[in-house]
Formats: sequence, C-alpha cells, structure tokens
Amino acid sequence: MSDITTNSQPRSVRRSRPVSSYLLRRPKLRLLSLLALPMTWIIGVYIFSLFLLLITAFWNVDPFTSLVSPGFNLENFSLVLTNPSYIATSVRTLLIALTVTLVCIMFAVPLGIFMAKIARPWLRNALAVAITLPLWAGYLVKIIAMRLVFTEEGFFNWAMSPIGVRGPGFSVPIVILTLTYLWFPYMALPVYTAIRQIPPNLFDASSDMGAKGFTTVWRVVIPLIVPAMIAGSVFTFSLSLGDYLAARFTGGATQMIGSIIAANINLNPPVAAAYSMVPITFVVIYLAVARRTGSLERM
Amino acid sequence: MALVELRGICKSFGTVTAADNVTLDIESGEFITLLGPSGSGKTTVLRIIAGFEEPDAGTVTLNGVDITHLPPFDRDVNTVFQDYALFPHMSVQDNVEYGLRTRKVPKAQRAQQAREAIAAVKLEHAIDRLPHQLSGGQRQRIALARAMVLRPKVLLLDEPLGALDRQLREEMQVELKTVQREAGITFIFVTHDQEEAMRMSDRIVIFNEGRVEQVGTPEEVYERPATRFVAGFLGASNIVTGELARKIFGRTATVSIRPERLRLQPVAYSAATGEIAVAATVKEAAFVGANTLYIVDTEDGVRLSISSTNTQSPGHDNRFAPGDRVLAVWHDRHIAEIPAERRHTSARGKYE
Repeated sequence: MSDITTNSQPRSVRRSRPVSSYLLRRPKLRLLSLLALPMTWIIGVYIFSLFLLLITAFWNVDPFTSLVSPGFNLENFSLVLTNPSYIATSVRTLLIALTVTLVCIMFAVPLGIFMAKIARPWLRNALAVAITLPLWAGYLVKIIAMRLVFTEEGFFNWAMSPIGVRGPGFSVPIVILTLTYLWFPYMALPVYTAIRQIPPNLFDASSDMGAKGFTTVWRVVIPLIVPAMIAGSVFTFSLSLGDYLAARFTGGATQMIGSIIAANINLNPPVAAAYSMVPITFVVIYLAVARRTGSLERM
Repeated sequence: MALVELRGICKSFGTVTAADNVTLDIESGEFITLLGPSGSGKTTVLRIIAGFEEPDAGTVTLNGVDITHLPPFDRDVNTVFQDYALFPHMSVQDNVEYGLRTRKVPKAQRAQQAREAIAAVKLEHAIDRLPHQLSGGQRQRIALARAMVLRPKVLLLDEPLGALDRQLREEMQVELKTVQREAGITFIFVTHDQEEAMRMSDRIVIFNEGRVEQVGTPEEVYERPATRFVAGFLGASNIVTGELARKIFGRTATVSIRPERLRLQPVAYSAATGEIAVAATVKEAAFVGANTLYIVDTEDGVRLSISSTNTQSPGHDNRFAPGDRVLAVWHDRHIAEIPAERRHTSARGKYE
C-alpha cells in the first residue's frame, strides 16, 4: 500500500500500534515504564548504598588487622557521640558550614540588589558570567588557587605587606573563605533571580511611604527572598558540611568531619560509617527546619 | 499660590520625550485628572510629582516649597499604584501600617490608625489576610487605605481602576469620589478613560505627546475644546476645517460640532431663527438602543456623524434610512471654534 492511499484512509482504520494502545489502557504500566530508570537509580544505587553505610556502622573491626566482621555493636556510635575530639570536630564543622552560609548570604544580597536593580544590562550580564565562571573550573583547581593566594609567600601577604597586614595562614578562616569561594554561585544565583522577580513598584511603594533604602531592603527585599536564601543555603550548608579537601589544603591543622572520615575509611570503616551519620543528621535537621518555613516548595 | 505648581517640566527617556514643558497649577482639595492616550506623558508627570523620576528641567513645588529634587520618602504625597503594589508577604494590617511604621508612630497608635483606615474602606473582616487572598477590588481598597492612612496633602492615583471589571470600576469611581470629598485631600488621578475622567474630576488636564493640550472643567473641555486633538479625544466630534468650514458653517476657524447637537429633519422642514439647515443624504443608520447613529454626506461632500436620541415610543421616532434625502440641522451656538493650532507653544504660559 502506498503512502498516499494510507494517508487518504480515515483515521479509524489506520495501522494499529499494539504497544501504544496496550499502554494507553494501562496507566499503572505506563507509570512504571516512566519511572523505571530513575527509580532504579534512586533506590538501587542511592538509598541502598546509604543503607549499607548505616549497617556497616554497627559492625565490628579487628583492632590489629583492621578486618571488618559483620555484627551488631553500638560502640562506634558511642565513640562518635562521646569522644571529645569527635564532638569538637562535629561542632567545628557545623559552625564552619553555618558561617560559610552566612557569608554567602551577606555577599549575595547586596550583589543581587545591585545586579537586579542598579546595574546596566551589560554590567548585569558581565556580573552573571563572573559569578558562574568559577563553576567552569575544577574543584581542586579552585582549592589550589586559594592555597596559592594565602600561603606564606602567597599573593595576599605580598599585596598586603606595604600596609603591614599579614594573612592568618592556613586555618579555619581560610577554610571558610575557600568554601565560600567554592559554593558562592549556588547562593548568588537564586538570590539574584529572586530579587529580579520582585515587582519594581514595590520599591516605589516602599519609598513612597517614607522608607529609605535600608528599610526597604530589610522589610521588603529580605522577607521576599527568604525562600531563595534557603534554597541556596541547602547547597552552601550541605556541601560545606561534607567537604574535607578544603580543610586539608587550606586549613593547616584544621579537621572537619570529612577529614576524620577520610582518615578512618581504611583503618576503621565502621567508625567512618558511624561518623558519616553526623553530617547526614545535620542536613536532615536543617531540611526539616527549612521545610517548616515553607521555603522548600518554591525551590 | 496653588498647592502643587509644576513649572516647565521636561523629561526624556532616551529619544522619547515624555514630558515637554508642562506647566500646571493644582489647587488644594480638588480632584484633578491627567487624561491622555497611553504614552502621552501623564504617568511621567505623576511620577515626577511623586519623586520616582527627576525632571530634566523645570520645578515642582508643594505648598510653596521646591520639592523637585527631594526623594519620594521626604515628600508629603502618597501614591496608589496601578497594580496596587501591596507587599505580598504582609497582612492587610501590616501593609496599611507600613508607612506609619517608617514614620516611627508608636505601635498602639499605628494599629489603631490602621484599623480605622481599613474600616473606612469596609474591609475589617479581611484585616489578617494576605494580599493574594483578596479580590481585585479589595486590593484596590487596601491600596487606597494604605495611602490615605498617612493623611498626605496630595494623593496620586496611577490608573488605579484599570485592572477592575466594568461594574466594579464604576462602583469604585463613586467610592473614590466620596472618599476624596469627605477627606478633603487633593487627588491627582491618571487615566486614559475619558468617561471616567469626566465622571469624577473637578478639572481635567488633557495630555498628548508629552504636552498639555487643555485644562478645564469636564464641561469646558468637552464643549470648548481648545485643540483638534481634544475635540477628537473627548467623545466623538465632527471637525471641519478650511474652505468647507467657511462654506457650511460660515466660520474661518476650524469648527467642531458634537453628533448629539446635530438633528436630522425631512426636506420640508423650515429652519427656525439661529438654526442652520444643510441638505444631505443618509449613508448609514444604526440603531444602538438609546440612540440611532447616522452618517450623512452633505452636498459639499462633508461627512457628518449624527446621534439622535430615541425619545418617542417605539416606532414613532423620526427615523431615516440610507439613501433618504434629509436636512442636517444645528443651532449656530452649538458650534465650537477651535483656535488655530498652537503646537509646541500650547502649554507654555497659557494656563498659568
């Protein structure tokens, strides 16, 4: 049968498509075929490996040979939760992650206001590129770049020497700076987008009713971009919490949760597994709090 | 001294001239409307009075004080915005309290004032709602309450009724007018709707291409249009110029006559004193309910629109059909002469 005669046939006698018509009548099967791949990924790889990690945390390890044997003991958890240096590292990591998030917000809000409301279009585009540009560079490259800037004979000390200022050397503040540098785009972009979406006449209205710039930012802009700040902070907070290379290369003796997990991953896998539950718990608590504010629905 | 005085206001955006030498006096307590098609500069002038834009040239004074370069937050004027500009994250009460809060009014007092303002627009029941939970008309009222609670000397309204449907808009027109009269606040109202302007205003300022074409009471601008633009923009009008004007109307100036001032009579009709009758042929006749609209051509080739009110019982009005020979009749005093066009100098000095 030629194409022409097929096309001239009425629709009802078109060549049947068995698979499509079979699926059409079976919505559950259709759903299954839609979700098969992503669900295999999420359950098979993601959830399952997390579950394995949790199980490992209860296993035993031979102190001499480092051989792991299945079992059930809570010592790994009690070590992580009671040992002062583990606790100190957890608290330090939490504070570093929170500080990084705060610093990102403090940089992102004024930058976003400038880009969205003041900058001319060419400058706005240039800044948008400048913010996203670091994302194109490798993660390690950026850490090494920070290392070069803040090392003893690095750029910072050289540039600041005329006014007698010396950098703090590799320590917690430099870790915070490095992590801020790494994750800033994830905060800056949603914040900028949210500020752009504020209708311009809200600024006019605020000023019309006697509010100066700072009051408008505090009472109108900040409340309206809270969802964007929380969306950004999910990244800045959880990525900082899990990071260990920044601490290793720019932190001097600074230890973060990740550093300890990395050190234990061969020597004592159950302790590493138990300790990795700590940042997961922090993130879950953080998400639960964020959820209560109703911000996650708008991500 | 007028409450608000604009002197020679000019403002351009790039190559577009939004305001071209606008001079205007606004008296205390009046309801004045800036009327014009979109892009005629009326909103720009309003924004210059509010302080959102700075004029390129000219001055704005309020109560004799030069406020041309004051920021909006230092001016004793408030604005009701076209799409209300309510803060979406604040309740009705917080929205209305906003301006009082920036003025450091004590908490108890500002809550009291906000409640009164919300009660004045009859929305006490919605005081805790968020703007998105309100209807368009309710938002409009809250925007009004939010501006009125600050008791400004001048309230600026930028097409505040534009987003409402027709029936609600007409209700709000009455309500706004009532509020204005009772509070005695000067309203500067921007609209492109000439009927709305006529209905509400004490005076109308007609804008075209950034210039003031005419200022006057609704009756003045309708009955004695100063320019051809005004005659054509406010309602329908028959405008006849040059040789034809001299021939038919006996005037040397451009003349304008409203369709409702023209009548059609049978050819046998004999004109009374002061009346002028011209032979014509009916081209079109359309019954639109209250009126019948005719288009007739005179023997000199002038096309006239005529609106005839249907006052008699059905079927008894003097009705004509296309092709009928008729007389177009008017009274000499109904002709409005439009002064020679005064482009570029129309605003300057004329209305000071």
